[in-house]
Amino acid sequence: MRAFLERQKYLIDYTLAALLRRKTRNLGLLLVYTLLVFLFASVLLLSQGLRREATLLLQDAPEVIVQRLVAGRHDLLPAAWLDTLRRIRGVASARGRLWGYYYDPAVKANYTLMAAPERGLAADEIVIGAALARVRQIGVGDYLSLRATDGRPLPLKITGVLESASELLSADLLLLSDAGFRQLFQLPPEVYTDAVLAVRNPREAVTVAGKIALALPASRPILRAEILRTYDAVFHWREGMVFVALGSLPLAFLILAWDKAAGLSAEEKREIGILKAIGWETGDILRMKLWEGALLSLTAFLAGYLLAWWQVFYGGARLFAPVLKGWAVLYPDFRLTPAVDLQQVLVLLAVTVLPYIVATLIPGWRAAIVDPDAAMRG
Amino acid sequence: MLLRRCPHPRMANVALTLLAILLLLFGLTLADAAWRSRSTDRATNRALVRELGLTDLSLFTEARYTRHPSQADRHSPFQDHPAALDHFPTGTLLPPPPGLTPSSR
Repeated sequence: MRAFLERQKYLIDYTLAALLRRKTRNLGLLLVYTLLVFLFASVLLLSQGLRREATLLLQDAPEVIVQRLVAGRHDLLPAAWLDTLRRIRGVASARGRLWGYYYDPAVKANYTLMAAPERGLAADEIVIGAALARVRQIGVGDYLSLRATDGRPLPLKITGVLESASELLSADLLLLSDAGFRQLFQLPPEVYTDAVLAVRNPREAVTVAGKIALALPASRPILRAEILRTYDAVFHWREGMVFVALGSLPLAFLILAWDKAAGLSAEEKREIGILKAIGWETGDILRMKLWEGALLSLTAFLAGYLLAWWQVFYGGARLFAPVLKGWAVLYPDFRLTPAVDLQQVLVLLAVTVLPYIVATLIPGWRAAIVDPDAAMRG
Repeated sequence: MLLRRCPHPRMANVALTLLAILLLLFGLTLADAAWRSRSTDRATNRALVRELGLTDLSLFTEARYTRHPSQADRHSPFQDHPAALDHFPTGTLLPPPPGLTPSSR
């Protein structure tokens, strides 16, 4: 065993000395390789982290949401619908919600406005999200003036700022009273944005949704399961953000692997010829090439993965901010809880490390089976 | 003293030590994930979701169908006119909700 280990160490010594002879080329290769793994792993970790966060947080989302559709668009829901909904067998409760969007031309940002009757706010009081407070540089006690639908300015006193820890959910939220919401958007009292339902038996939610569609044909029921499925799809590693990285990654990796697989340089071939001439066996050459591929690709994989981990879970995924942000002004400052899917890490390992090792081994083997004399002569 | 004893550390030992450190750090990421997922308190956030009936993450705030993808209807990305193109950058990152695509039906 000791002799075996010592033999491997000598092979590594030789491999490293050979790699260092072409220092610039190999360091450049290591750097590009690390960068590729870093990008790919960052997308993977961010998607996993966001998907897990969405799944854990949104499991308390409303069981059923009912919207009214007019000409295929979401429209205001008449209050009379609530009674119809309450009468449907299996529905435990139904309440109307008021929410909408407000574009603030002062900072060119979209806010999500929501009536929060449980907060006991007065008509001129609001609670705002932490990102909104940061962008507008306002806090408790300040006034935020919004332009009502009739053009009049509506000064609203900030009585609270939502916790910064909840920014992933509430970055752009602005909570106000029912009266304040109706006053701002000039809504009549008998309409709501949508309705949220609690179902007696959650397993019957699909049946209840079917009954709602029958009782109110212009309605669109949305189940909690559908919300969770939406987020699973949005952050699935094969979809969404991963396209950004996937577009360029296979191409870059192909060039990298092609460069190796296309063959060894004349110098490297002569080197293998000399090694064979002084007594190295084909097996030794292959082991040496295996170490070369493994050392380089494993170092690149681990370094790239660790950098991605730090960037996504400790650096606030700043690299992806411009991509995620789009034209948005309000962007949550969030820290994701690390989530690892070992299967995906293994796939990443297989996709990045194995092709490189194979691409190193094959030309090495082809050079090793040539007669040493012919190899040395080139 | 230690440096005087081995002025030129063997390259294989340096490489294997570096690889071992990287592997150890990789192992630590797994431990970090396990530990932090157990210690993270989501109670406040979940209470906010329950209280307000929140349905979406506030991640893409640029358009209403990206802010609330689970609540968007089929037409919202093309809201300007019937043949309008979806022009918000994050619209290209978000696939349509599975409930609205033909494959899920």
